[in-house]
Amino acid sequence: MWVLADSWTIARRTLTHWRNQPGLVIFQWFFPVLMLLMFGGLLGGAMEFPEGSSYYELLVPGIFALAMLFGLEGTMTAVTTDVSKGVTDRFRSLPMSSTAVVLGRCIADMLDSAVTLLVLVATGLALGWRWHEGLPSALAAFGLLLLLRFALLWVGIFIGLTVKNAQSVTMVQVVVWPIGFLSSTFVATSTMPTWLGTIAQWNPLSSTATAARNLFGNPDPSSTATWIGTHAPLAAVIAPLLLTAVFLPLSTHRYRTLSR
Amino acid sequence: MTTETVIEAVGVRKNYRGGREGAGLNGFDLEVTAGTVTGLLGPNGAGKTTAVRILSTLLELDSGTATVAGYDVRRQGAEVRRRIGLVGQYAAIDEVLTGRQNLVMFGRLNHLRNAKGRADELLERFSLTEAAGQAVSKYSGGMRRRLDLAASLIVAPRVLFVDEPTTGLDPAGRLEVRSAVRQLVDGGTTVLLTTQYLEEADQLANRISMLKAGKVVAEGTPDELKTQLGSDRLEIVLADPADVPRVVQLAGSLADGEIRVVDVRVSVPVKDRTKALVVMANSLHEARIEPEDITLRRPTLDEVFLHLTGAEVAA
Repeated sequence: MWVLADSWTIARRTLTHWRNQPGLVIFQWFFPVLMLLMFGGLLGGAMEFPEGSSYYELLVPGIFALAMLFGLEGTMTAVTTDVSKGVTDRFRSLPMSSTAVVLGRCIADMLDSAVTLLVLVATGLALGWRWHEGLPSALAAFGLLLLLRFALLWVGIFIGLTVKNAQSVTMVQVVVWPIGFLSSTFVATSTMPTWLGTIAQWNPLSSTATAARNLFGNPDPSSTATWIGTHAPLAAVIAPLLLTAVFLPLSTHRYRTLSR
Repeated sequence: MTTETVIEAVGVRKNYRGGREGAGLNGFDLEVTAGTVTGLLGPNGAGKTTAVRILSTLLELDSGTATVAGYDVRRQGAEVRRRIGLVGQYAAIDEVLTGRQNLVMFGRLNHLRNAKGRADELLERFSLTEAAGQAVSKYSGGMRRRLDLAASLIVAPRVLFVDEPTTGLDPAGRLEVRSAVRQLVDGGTTVLLTTQYLEEADQLANRISMLKAGKVVAEGTPDELKTQLGSDRLEIVLADPADVPRVVQLAGSLADGEIRVVDVRVSVPVKDRTKALVVMANSLHEARIEPEDITLRRPTLDEVFLHLTGAEVAA
Protein backbone atom coordinates (compact mmCIF):
# COMPACT_ATOMS: atom_id res chain seq x y z
CA MET A 1 0.00 0.00 0.00
CA TRP A 2 1.66 3.16 -1.21
CA VAL A 3 -0.67 5.35 0.87
CA LEU A 4 0.83 3.99 4.08
CA ALA A 5 4.40 4.15 2.82
CA ASP A 6 3.88 7.72 1.61
CA SER A 7 2.22 8.73 4.88
CA TRP A 8 5.17 7.37 6.80
CA THR A 9 7.59 9.27 4.54
CA ILE A 10 5.67 12.48 5.27
CA ALA A 11 5.58 11.74 9.00
CA ARG A 12 9.30 10.97 9.00
CA ARG A 13 9.87 14.42 7.60
CA THR A 14 8.58 15.88 10.87
CA LEU A 15 10.68 13.45 12.89
CA THR A 16 13.70 14.65 10.92
CA HIS A 17 12.71 18.22 11.79
CA TRP A 18 12.93 17.20 15.44
CA ARG A 19 16.40 15.80 14.89
CA ASN A 20 17.57 18.85 12.95
CA GLN A 21 16.14 21.37 15.43
CA PRO A 22 16.19 19.62 18.78
CA GLY A 23 16.15 22.88 20.74
CA LEU A 24 12.91 24.05 19.19
CA VAL A 25 11.05 20.80 19.63
CA ILE A 26 12.23 20.35 23.21
CA PHE A 27 11.01 23.85 23.99
CA GLN A 28 7.63 22.92 22.48
CA TRP A 29 7.43 19.81 24.62
CA PHE A 30 8.37 21.68 27.76
CA PHE A 31 6.16 24.69 27.22
CA PRO A 32 3.12 23.01 28.85
CA VAL A 33 5.40 22.10 31.76
CA LEU A 34 6.13 25.78 32.14
CA MET A 35 2.38 26.47 32.20
CA LEU A 36 1.89 23.78 34.78
CA LEU A 37 4.58 25.15 37.11
CA MET A 38 3.54 28.75 36.56
CA PHE A 39 -0.16 28.29 37.21
CA GLY A 40 0.47 25.82 39.97
CA GLY A 41 2.60 28.43 41.73
CA LEU A 42 0.33 31.38 40.87
CA LEU A 43 -3.03 29.94 41.80
CA GLY A 44 -2.26 26.93 43.98
CA GLY A 45 -1.67 28.95 47.12
CA ALA A 46 -4.98 30.78 46.82
CA MET A 47 -7.08 27.65 46.77
CA GLU A 48 -8.18 25.43 49.57
CA PHE A 49 -8.13 21.69 49.20
CA PRO A 50 -9.08 18.87 51.56
CA GLU A 51 -6.32 17.30 53.60
CA GLY A 52 -3.93 15.18 51.53
CA SER A 53 -4.93 16.80 48.27
CA SER A 54 -3.29 19.64 46.36
CA TYR A 55 -4.04 22.02 43.51
CA TYR A 56 -2.01 19.78 41.22
CA GLU A 57 -4.67 17.08 41.53
CA LEU A 58 -7.02 19.45 39.71
CA LEU A 59 -4.51 21.30 37.57
CA VAL A 60 -2.45 18.48 36.05
CA PRO A 61 -5.30 16.88 34.07
CA GLY A 62 -6.43 20.40 33.12
CA ILE A 63 -2.99 21.13 31.66
CA PHE A 64 -3.09 17.79 29.84
CA ALA A 65 -6.22 18.97 28.04
CA LEU A 66 -4.79 22.44 27.48
CA ALA A 67 -1.68 20.93 25.88
CA MET A 68 -3.94 19.06 23.45
CA LEU A 69 -5.55 22.37 22.49
CA PHE A 70 -2.19 24.10 22.05
CA GLY A 71 -1.12 21.27 19.72
CA LEU A 72 -3.55 22.85 17.28
CA GLU A 73 -1.17 25.75 16.80
CA GLY A 74 1.66 23.50 15.69
CA THR A 75 -0.59 21.79 13.17
CA MET A 76 -1.82 25.10 11.79
CA THR A 77 1.65 26.57 11.48
CA ALA A 78 3.05 23.48 9.77
CA VAL A 79 0.20 23.33 7.26
CA THR A 80 0.30 27.04 6.46
CA THR A 81 4.06 27.06 6.05
CA ASP A 82 3.87 24.22 3.54
CA VAL A 83 1.13 25.97 1.56
CA SER A 84 2.90 29.32 1.48
CA LYS A 85 6.32 27.84 0.63
CA GLY A 86 4.94 25.81 -2.25
CA VAL A 87 5.82 22.49 -0.58
CA THR A 88 2.15 21.51 -0.68
CA ASP A 89 2.09 22.20 -4.41
CA ARG A 90 5.13 20.03 -4.90
CA PHE A 91 3.43 17.18 -3.03
CA ARG A 92 0.35 17.69 -5.16
CA SER A 93 2.39 17.51 -8.36
CA LEU A 94 3.89 14.17 -7.33
CA PRO A 95 2.35 10.83 -8.26
CA MET A 96 1.51 10.17 -4.61
CA SER A 97 -1.80 9.83 -2.82
CA SER A 98 -3.16 13.11 -1.48
CA THR A 99 -4.48 11.23 1.55
CA ALA A 100 -0.87 10.52 2.50
CA VAL A 101 -0.03 14.21 2.88
CA VAL A 102 -2.80 14.64 5.45
CA LEU A 103 -2.33 11.26 7.08
CA GLY A 104 1.41 11.85 7.45
CA ARG A 105 0.74 15.16 9.19
CA CYS A 106 -1.72 13.30 11.43
CA ILE A 107 0.79 10.62 12.44
CA ALA A 108 3.51 13.18 13.15
CA ASP A 109 1.27 15.42 15.24
CA MET A 110 -0.16 12.56 17.24
CA LEU A 111 3.38 11.38 18.04
CA ASP A 112 4.25 14.91 19.04
CA SER A 113 1.26 15.08 21.37
CA ALA A 114 2.09 11.69 22.87
CA VAL A 115 5.57 12.96 23.76
CA THR A 116 4.08 16.17 25.18
CA LEU A 117 1.80 14.08 27.38
CA LEU A 118 4.65 11.85 28.54
CA VAL A 119 6.71 14.87 29.57
CA LEU A 120 3.72 16.34 31.41
CA VAL A 121 2.91 13.05 33.14
CA ALA A 122 6.48 12.78 34.39
CA THR A 123 6.37 16.36 35.69
CA GLY A 124 2.95 15.81 37.25
CA LEU A 125 4.16 12.70 39.06
CA ALA A 126 7.19 14.60 40.32
CA LEU A 127 4.87 17.30 41.70
CA GLY A 128 2.79 14.78 43.60
CA TRP A 129 -0.07 14.27 41.17
CA ARG A 130 -1.25 10.64 41.05
CA TRP A 131 -3.89 8.57 39.35
CA HIS A 132 -5.96 6.66 41.87
CA GLU A 133 -8.15 4.39 39.78
CA GLY A 134 -5.62 2.01 38.34
CA LEU A 135 -3.65 1.92 35.09
CA PRO A 136 -6.45 0.85 32.70
CA SER A 137 -8.53 3.78 33.84
CA ALA A 138 -5.58 6.15 33.47
CA LEU A 139 -4.90 4.82 29.96
CA ALA A 140 -8.54 5.47 29.10
CA ALA A 141 -8.07 9.06 30.24
CA PHE A 142 -4.99 9.44 28.01
CA GLY A 143 -7.06 7.94 25.21
CA LEU A 144 -9.71 10.64 25.65
CA LEU A 145 -7.05 13.34 25.67
CA LEU A 146 -5.51 12.04 22.44
CA LEU A 147 -8.98 11.77 20.93
CA LEU A 148 -9.44 15.49 21.55
CA ARG A 149 -6.06 16.14 19.96
CA PHE A 150 -7.07 14.03 16.97
CA ALA A 151 -10.24 16.10 16.51
CA LEU A 152 -8.33 19.38 16.84
CA LEU A 153 -5.83 18.16 14.26
CA TRP A 154 -8.51 18.42 11.59
CA VAL A 155 -9.53 21.84 12.85
CA GLY A 156 -5.87 22.86 12.56
CA ILE A 157 -5.46 21.44 9.06
CA PHE A 158 -8.64 23.17 7.93
CA ILE A 159 -7.65 26.55 9.37
CA GLY A 160 -4.08 26.14 8.08
CA LEU A 161 -5.29 25.42 4.54
CA THR A 162 -7.80 28.26 4.70
CA VAL A 163 -5.75 31.16 6.04
CA LYS A 164 -2.65 30.31 3.96
CA ASN A 165 -0.29 32.85 5.54
CA ALA A 166 1.70 33.12 8.71
CA GLN A 167 0.26 36.43 9.94
CA SER A 168 -3.27 35.07 9.97
CA VAL A 169 -2.07 32.02 11.90
CA THR A 170 -0.79 34.35 14.60
CA MET A 171 -4.24 35.90 14.87
CA VAL A 172 -5.88 32.51 15.20
CA GLN A 173 -3.32 31.60 17.87
CA VAL A 174 -4.37 34.61 19.90
CA VAL A 175 -7.93 33.28 19.91
CA VAL A 176 -6.78 29.85 21.07
CA TRP A 177 -5.67 31.20 24.44
CA PRO A 178 -9.05 32.46 25.71
CA ILE A 179 -10.60 29.20 24.51
CA GLY A 180 -8.04 27.39 26.62
CA PHE A 181 -8.61 29.57 29.67
CA LEU A 182 -12.39 29.65 29.45
CA SER A 183 -12.71 26.08 30.64
CA SER A 184 -12.27 23.97 33.73
CA THR A 185 -8.50 23.78 33.10
CA PHE A 186 -7.38 25.94 36.01
CA VAL A 187 -10.36 26.28 38.32
CA ALA A 188 -13.65 24.50 38.89
CA THR A 189 -16.33 26.11 36.75
CA SER A 190 -18.61 26.18 39.80
CA THR A 191 -16.51 29.07 41.17
CA MET A 192 -17.23 31.25 38.15
CA PRO A 193 -20.22 33.59 37.65
CA THR A 194 -23.09 31.44 36.39
CA TRP A 195 -23.09 32.67 32.78
CA LEU A 196 -19.32 32.32 32.45
CA GLY A 197 -19.37 28.97 34.19
CA THR A 198 -21.97 27.72 31.76
CA ILE A 199 -19.87 28.72 28.75
CA ALA A 200 -16.78 27.15 30.31
CA GLN A 201 -18.72 23.98 31.15
CA TRP A 202 -19.81 23.51 27.57
CA ASN A 203 -16.28 24.06 26.26
CA PRO A 204 -15.26 20.61 24.92
CA LEU A 205 -11.93 21.15 26.64
CA SER A 206 -13.73 21.09 30.01
CA SER A 207 -15.52 17.87 29.17
CA THR A 208 -12.23 16.17 28.36
CA ALA A 209 -10.53 17.63 31.45
CA THR A 210 -13.41 16.61 33.73
CA ALA A 211 -13.69 13.16 32.19
CA ALA A 212 -9.93 12.66 32.58
CA ARG A 213 -10.12 13.75 36.25
CA ASN A 214 -12.92 11.27 36.84
CA LEU A 215 -10.88 8.49 35.29
CA PHE A 216 -7.73 9.44 37.21
CA GLY A 217 -9.76 9.77 40.41
CA ASN A 218 -8.76 13.42 40.76
CA PRO A 219 -11.25 15.88 42.28
CA ASP A 220 -13.36 18.07 40.03
CA PRO A 221 -16.06 20.04 41.86
CA SER A 222 -17.75 20.97 38.61
CA SER A 223 -18.38 17.38 37.62
CA THR A 224 -21.53 17.07 39.74
CA ALA A 225 -22.83 20.62 39.51
CA THR A 226 -24.49 20.60 36.09
CA TRP A 227 -25.91 18.30 33.45
CA ILE A 228 -22.93 18.68 31.14
CA GLY A 229 -20.62 18.21 34.12
CA THR A 230 -22.15 14.90 35.11
CA HIS A 231 -22.12 13.76 31.50
CA ALA A 232 -18.51 14.80 30.91
CA PRO A 233 -17.26 11.32 29.90
CA LEU A 234 -19.95 11.08 27.24
CA ALA A 235 -19.27 14.64 26.04
CA ALA A 236 -15.53 13.92 25.97
CA VAL A 237 -16.23 11.20 23.41
CA ILE A 238 -19.01 12.89 21.44
CA ALA A 239 -17.57 16.41 21.11
CA PRO A 240 -14.28 15.30 19.49
CA LEU A 241 -16.15 12.90 17.22
CA LEU A 242 -18.46 15.74 16.17
CA LEU A 243 -15.51 18.04 15.53
CA THR A 244 -13.86 15.31 13.48
CA ALA A 245 -17.07 14.62 11.56
CA VAL A 246 -17.25 18.29 10.61
CA PHE A 247 -13.60 19.19 10.06
CA LEU A 248 -12.18 16.02 8.52
CA PRO A 249 -14.39 16.29 5.41
CA LEU A 250 -13.91 20.07 5.40
CA SER A 251 -10.12 19.76 5.38
CA THR A 252 -9.98 17.06 2.70
CA HIS A 253 -12.40 19.16 0.64
CA ARG A 254 -10.23 22.22 1.20
CA TYR A 255 -7.14 20.26 0.16
CA ARG A 256 -8.84 19.12 -3.02
CA THR A 257 -10.19 22.56 -3.88
CA LEU A 258 -6.75 24.13 -3.59
CA SER A 259 -6.92 23.48 -7.34
CA ARG A 260 -9.81 25.88 -7.93
CA MET B 1 13.86 14.05 -35.57
CA THR B 2 10.31 13.39 -34.50
CA THR B 3 7.97 16.26 -33.90
CA GLU B 4 5.82 14.68 -31.26
CA THR B 5 3.61 17.12 -29.43
CA VAL B 6 4.08 16.82 -25.67
CA ILE B 7 2.07 19.78 -24.49
CA GLU B 8 -1.05 20.95 -26.19
CA ALA B 9 -3.49 23.55 -24.94
CA VAL B 10 -6.48 24.68 -26.95
CA GLY B 11 -8.68 27.59 -25.97
CA VAL B 12 -8.00 27.24 -22.25
CA ARG B 13 -9.98 29.60 -20.08
CA LYS B 14 -9.64 30.17 -16.38
CA ASN B 15 -11.24 32.82 -14.24
CA TYR B 16 -10.34 33.10 -10.60
CA ARG B 17 -13.39 33.58 -8.49
CA GLY B 18 -13.63 37.09 -7.15
CA GLY B 19 -10.47 37.97 -9.07
CA ARG B 20 -8.24 36.75 -6.27
CA GLU B 21 -4.59 35.76 -6.65
CA GLY B 22 -3.29 35.91 -10.14
CA ALA B 23 -4.39 36.47 -13.65
CA GLY B 24 -6.74 34.18 -15.51
CA LEU B 25 -6.43 32.70 -18.98
CA ASN B 26 -8.50 33.91 -21.84
CA GLY B 27 -8.35 31.43 -24.70
CA PHE B 28 -4.79 30.21 -24.18
CA ASP B 29 -3.26 28.06 -26.96
CA LEU B 30 0.09 26.34 -26.83
CA GLU B 31 1.89 23.55 -28.65
CA VAL B 32 5.23 22.23 -27.45
CA THR B 33 7.18 19.55 -29.30
CA ALA B 34 9.37 16.96 -27.63
CA GLY B 35 12.93 17.94 -26.81
CA THR B 36 12.44 21.67 -27.06
CA VAL B 37 12.49 24.51 -24.60
CA THR B 38 9.54 26.81 -24.91
CA GLY B 39 9.64 30.12 -23.16
CA LEU B 40 6.36 31.53 -21.95
CA LEU B 41 7.10 35.18 -21.75
CA GLY B 42 4.92 37.90 -20.35
CA PRO B 43 4.68 40.66 -17.79
CA ASN B 44 3.34 40.12 -14.29
CA GLY B 45 -0.32 39.26 -14.38
CA ALA B 46 -0.28 37.91 -17.95
CA GLY B 47 -1.23 34.42 -16.74
CA LYS B 48 2.11 32.59 -17.02
CA THR B 49 1.89 30.92 -13.64
CA THR B 50 -1.78 30.12 -14.14
CA ALA B 51 -0.91 28.32 -17.37
CA VAL B 52 1.82 26.27 -15.66
CA ARG B 53 -0.42 25.41 -12.73
CA ILE B 54 -3.15 24.19 -15.07
CA LEU B 55 -0.76 22.10 -17.16
CA SER B 56 0.78 20.56 -14.04
CA THR B 57 -2.71 19.67 -12.70
CA LEU B 58 -2.47 22.00 -9.69
CA LEU B 59 -5.33 24.10 -10.95
CA GLU B 60 -8.53 23.18 -12.75
CA LEU B 61 -9.35 24.88 -16.01
CA ASP B 62 -12.81 26.31 -16.67
CA SER B 63 -13.05 25.43 -20.35
CA GLY B 64 -10.89 24.35 -23.26
CA THR B 65 -8.64 21.29 -23.35
CA ALA B 66 -5.06 20.64 -22.36
CA THR B 67 -2.97 17.50 -22.69
CA VAL B 68 0.48 16.74 -21.38
CA ALA B 69 2.35 13.71 -22.74
CA GLY B 70 -0.91 12.71 -24.38
CA TYR B 71 -2.95 12.72 -21.17
CA ASP B 72 -5.80 15.07 -20.40
CA VAL B 73 -4.84 17.26 -17.45
CA ARG B 74 -8.40 17.32 -16.18
CA ARG B 75 -9.40 13.69 -16.46
CA GLN B 76 -6.04 11.90 -16.25
CA GLY B 77 -4.26 14.01 -13.66
CA ALA B 78 -2.52 11.06 -12.04
CA GLU B 79 -1.03 9.96 -15.39
CA VAL B 80 0.14 13.50 -16.07
CA ARG B 81 1.74 13.80 -12.62
CA ARG B 82 3.70 10.62 -13.24
CA ARG B 83 5.39 12.25 -16.24
CA ILE B 84 6.11 15.80 -15.18
CA GLY B 85 8.44 17.74 -12.95
CA LEU B 86 7.54 21.11 -11.54
CA VAL B 87 9.80 23.86 -10.35
CA GLY B 88 7.45 26.41 -8.84
CA GLN B 89 7.91 30.11 -8.47
CA TYR B 90 9.22 29.74 -4.94
CA ALA B 91 11.74 27.07 -4.16
CA ALA B 92 9.37 24.39 -2.88
CA ILE B 93 11.70 22.61 -0.53
CA ASP B 94 11.71 22.00 3.18
CA GLU B 95 13.91 24.61 4.84
CA VAL B 96 14.53 22.65 8.01
CA LEU B 97 15.73 19.54 6.21
CA THR B 98 19.17 19.34 4.67
CA GLY B 99 19.52 19.31 0.90
CA ARG B 100 20.12 15.59 0.98
CA GLN B 101 17.18 14.87 3.30
CA ASN B 102 14.92 16.81 0.95
CA LEU B 103 15.97 14.81 -2.09
CA VAL B 104 15.71 11.50 -0.25
CA MET B 105 12.19 12.40 0.90
CA PHE B 106 11.07 13.38 -2.58
CA GLY B 107 12.73 10.25 -3.96
CA ARG B 108 10.74 8.10 -1.53
CA LEU B 109 7.54 9.92 -2.47
CA ASN B 110 8.35 9.11 -6.08
CA HIS B 111 8.58 5.47 -4.95
CA LEU B 112 12.21 5.01 -5.87
CA ARG B 113 13.93 1.89 -4.56
CA ASN B 114 17.24 3.65 -4.11
CA ALA B 115 16.21 7.14 -3.06
CA LYS B 116 19.53 7.77 -1.32
CA GLY B 117 21.62 6.84 -4.33
CA ARG B 118 19.53 9.03 -6.58
CA ALA B 119 19.82 11.92 -4.13
CA ASP B 120 23.62 11.68 -4.19
CA GLU B 121 23.65 11.60 -7.99
CA LEU B 122 21.54 14.72 -8.23
CA LEU B 123 23.52 16.57 -5.56
CA GLU B 124 26.65 15.84 -7.56
CA ARG B 125 25.05 16.94 -10.81
CA PHE B 126 23.90 20.27 -9.39
CA SER B 127 27.19 20.87 -7.52
CA LEU B 128 25.53 20.63 -4.12
CA THR B 129 27.52 17.72 -2.71
CA GLU B 130 29.43 19.95 -0.33
CA ALA B 131 26.29 21.61 1.03
CA ALA B 132 24.32 18.36 1.11
CA GLY B 133 24.43 18.04 4.90
CA GLN B 134 23.43 21.64 5.62
CA ALA B 135 19.91 22.79 6.39
CA VAL B 136 18.35 24.45 3.35
CA SER B 137 17.67 27.58 5.43
CA LYS B 138 21.44 28.23 5.19
CA TYR B 139 21.46 28.00 1.38
CA SER B 140 21.75 30.99 -0.94
CA GLY B 141 18.90 31.75 -3.32
CA GLY B 142 20.74 30.17 -6.24
CA MET B 143 21.51 27.01 -4.28
CA ARG B 144 17.86 26.66 -3.28
CA ARG B 145 16.73 26.90 -6.87
CA ARG B 146 19.30 24.33 -7.94
CA LEU B 147 18.07 21.99 -5.22
CA ASP B 148 14.53 22.68 -6.35
CA LEU B 149 15.51 21.76 -9.91
CA ALA B 150 17.19 18.60 -8.61
CA ALA B 151 14.04 17.67 -6.70
CA SER B 152 11.94 18.00 -9.84
CA LEU B 153 14.29 15.68 -11.74
CA ILE B 154 14.20 12.77 -9.32
CA VAL B 155 12.41 10.64 -11.85
CA ALA B 156 13.53 11.89 -15.27
CA PRO B 157 10.31 13.67 -16.27
CA ARG B 158 9.10 13.83 -19.86
CA VAL B 159 8.14 17.43 -19.35
CA LEU B 160 9.61 19.86 -16.90
CA PHE B 161 7.73 23.00 -15.94
CA VAL B 162 9.96 25.76 -14.67
CA ASP B 163 8.08 28.76 -13.38
CA GLU B 164 10.14 31.95 -13.20
CA PRO B 165 13.29 30.18 -12.04
CA THR B 166 15.34 33.29 -11.50
CA THR B 167 12.82 35.75 -10.10
CA GLY B 168 14.12 37.25 -6.89
CA LEU B 169 17.69 36.05 -7.35
CA ASP B 170 20.78 38.23 -7.49
CA PRO B 171 22.74 38.26 -10.78
CA ALA B 172 25.12 35.51 -9.63
CA GLY B 173 22.18 33.32 -8.60
CA ARG B 174 20.54 33.92 -11.96
CA LEU B 175 23.62 32.77 -13.82
CA GLU B 176 23.87 29.65 -11.64
CA VAL B 177 20.27 28.70 -12.27
CA ARG B 178 20.39 29.47 -15.96
CA SER B 179 23.38 27.24 -16.48
CA ALA B 180 21.59 24.49 -14.54
CA VAL B 181 18.53 24.84 -16.79
CA ARG B 182 20.74 24.83 -19.89
CA GLN B 183 22.25 21.54 -18.72
CA LEU B 184 18.82 19.96 -18.58
CA VAL B 185 18.03 21.20 -22.00
CA ASP B 186 21.23 19.68 -23.34
CA GLY B 187 20.13 16.45 -21.70
CA GLY B 188 17.03 16.44 -23.93
CA THR B 189 14.30 17.22 -21.40
CA THR B 190 11.30 19.04 -22.80
CA VAL B 191 11.00 22.24 -20.83
CA LEU B 192 8.28 24.83 -20.51
CA LEU B 193 9.85 27.85 -18.93
CA THR B 194 8.06 30.97 -17.84
CA THR B 195 9.94 34.15 -17.35
CA GLN B 196 9.57 37.87 -17.35
CA TYR B 197 13.21 38.27 -18.31
CA LEU B 198 13.55 38.55 -22.05
CA GLU B 199 17.25 37.79 -22.16
CA GLU B 200 16.53 34.60 -20.28
CA ALA B 201 13.98 33.46 -22.87
CA ASP B 202 16.34 34.54 -25.64
CA GLN B 203 19.23 32.53 -24.17
CA LEU B 204 17.39 29.41 -23.11
CA ALA B 205 14.37 28.90 -25.34
CA ASN B 206 14.07 27.47 -28.84
CA ARG B 207 10.61 28.90 -29.17
CA ILE B 208 8.87 31.71 -27.39
CA SER B 209 5.19 32.32 -26.79
CA MET B 210 4.40 35.82 -25.72
CA LEU B 211 1.53 36.07 -23.34
CA LYS B 212 -0.65 39.09 -22.76
CA ALA B 213 -3.80 39.16 -20.65
CA GLY B 214 -4.16 35.39 -20.66
CA LYS B 215 -3.67 34.92 -24.39
CA VAL B 216 -0.69 34.11 -26.61
CA VAL B 217 -0.16 37.17 -28.81
CA ALA B 218 2.94 36.03 -30.70
CA GLU B 219 4.79 32.79 -31.14
CA GLY B 220 7.98 31.71 -32.88
CA THR B 221 11.73 31.37 -32.52
CA PRO B 222 13.47 34.37 -30.97
CA ASP B 223 14.80 35.31 -34.42
CA GLU B 224 11.40 35.03 -36.05
CA LEU B 225 9.91 37.27 -33.43
CA LYS B 226 12.65 39.83 -33.92
CA THR B 227 12.14 39.78 -37.68
CA GLN B 228 8.41 40.19 -37.19
CA LEU B 229 9.00 43.57 -35.71
CA GLY B 230 11.15 44.32 -38.72
CA SER B 231 13.32 47.32 -38.85
CA ASP B 232 16.80 47.87 -37.51
CA ARG B 233 17.39 50.84 -35.33
CA LEU B 234 19.89 53.64 -35.32
CA GLU B 235 20.70 54.64 -31.79
CA ILE B 236 22.28 57.91 -30.85
CA VAL B 237 23.36 58.58 -27.29
CA LEU B 238 23.94 62.27 -26.60
CA ALA B 239 26.13 63.98 -24.05
CA ASP B 240 23.84 66.96 -23.59
CA PRO B 241 20.08 66.51 -23.11
CA ALA B 242 19.56 69.94 -24.68
CA ASP B 243 20.56 68.48 -28.07
CA VAL B 244 17.77 65.92 -28.05
CA PRO B 245 15.08 67.95 -29.88
CA ARG B 246 17.59 68.98 -32.55
CA VAL B 247 18.68 65.39 -33.15
CA VAL B 248 15.09 64.18 -33.34
CA GLN B 249 14.50 66.81 -35.99
CA LEU B 250 17.60 65.78 -37.97
CA ALA B 251 16.59 62.12 -37.83
CA GLY B 252 13.06 62.88 -39.02
CA SER B 253 13.77 62.25 -42.70
CA LEU B 254 15.48 58.90 -42.00
CA ALA B 255 12.88 57.48 -39.69
CA ASP B 256 10.83 54.53 -40.85
CA GLY B 257 8.40 54.68 -37.96
CA GLU B 258 8.19 56.31 -34.59
CA ILE B 259 11.33 57.79 -33.04
CA ARG B 260 11.72 56.87 -29.39
CA VAL B 261 13.55 59.01 -26.88
CA VAL B 262 14.66 57.78 -23.48
CA ASP B 263 16.71 60.36 -21.57
CA VAL B 264 19.65 61.15 -23.88
CA ARG B 265 19.11 58.10 -26.09
CA VAL B 266 17.38 58.68 -29.42
CA SER B 267 16.29 55.49 -31.17
CA VAL B 268 15.34 55.76 -34.83
CA PRO B 269 13.86 52.89 -36.86
CA VAL B 270 15.61 52.82 -40.25
CA LYS B 271 15.38 50.87 -43.49
CA ASP B 272 18.62 51.44 -45.33
CA ARG B 273 21.15 50.73 -42.61
CA THR B 274 24.45 52.03 -43.95
CA LYS B 275 23.00 55.05 -45.68
CA ALA B 276 21.13 56.05 -42.55
CA LEU B 277 24.30 55.80 -40.49
CA VAL B 278 26.35 57.91 -42.91
CA VAL B 279 23.65 60.55 -43.33
CA MET B 280 23.08 60.81 -39.60
CA ALA B 281 26.78 61.05 -38.84
CA ASN B 282 27.15 63.85 -41.37
CA SER B 283 24.13 65.74 -40.07
CA LEU B 284 25.45 65.54 -36.52
CA HIS B 285 28.87 66.71 -37.65
CA GLU B 286 27.37 69.67 -39.50
CA ALA B 287 25.24 70.59 -36.52
CA ARG B 288 28.37 70.35 -34.33
CA ILE B 289 26.81 67.80 -32.07
CA GLU B 290 29.24 65.27 -30.67
CA PRO B 291 27.32 62.11 -29.69
CA GLU B 292 28.58 59.80 -26.95
CA ASP B 293 27.69 56.86 -29.07
CA ILE B 294 26.05 56.10 -32.40
CA THR B 295 25.22 52.54 -33.36
CA LEU B 296 23.12 50.37 -35.59
CA ARG B 297 21.40 47.40 -34.07
CA ARG B 298 18.75 44.77 -34.57
CA PRO B 299 15.65 44.98 -32.42
CA THR B 300 15.92 43.20 -29.09
CA LEU B 301 13.22 40.94 -27.77
CA ASP B 302 12.41 43.74 -25.36
CA GLU B 303 11.33 45.89 -28.22
CA VAL B 304 9.36 43.09 -29.83
CA PHE B 305 7.70 42.57 -26.53
CA LEU B 306 6.91 46.21 -25.94
CA HIS B 307 5.59 46.46 -29.46
CA LEU B 308 3.31 43.45 -29.09
CA THR B 309 2.08 43.90 -25.59
CA GLY B 310 2.50 47.57 -24.87
CA ALA B 311 3.64 46.44 -21.45
CA GLU B 312 6.54 47.31 -19.25
CA VAL B 313 8.91 44.44 -18.62
CA ALA B 314 12.05 43.90 -16.66
CA ALA B 315 15.11 43.61 -18.86
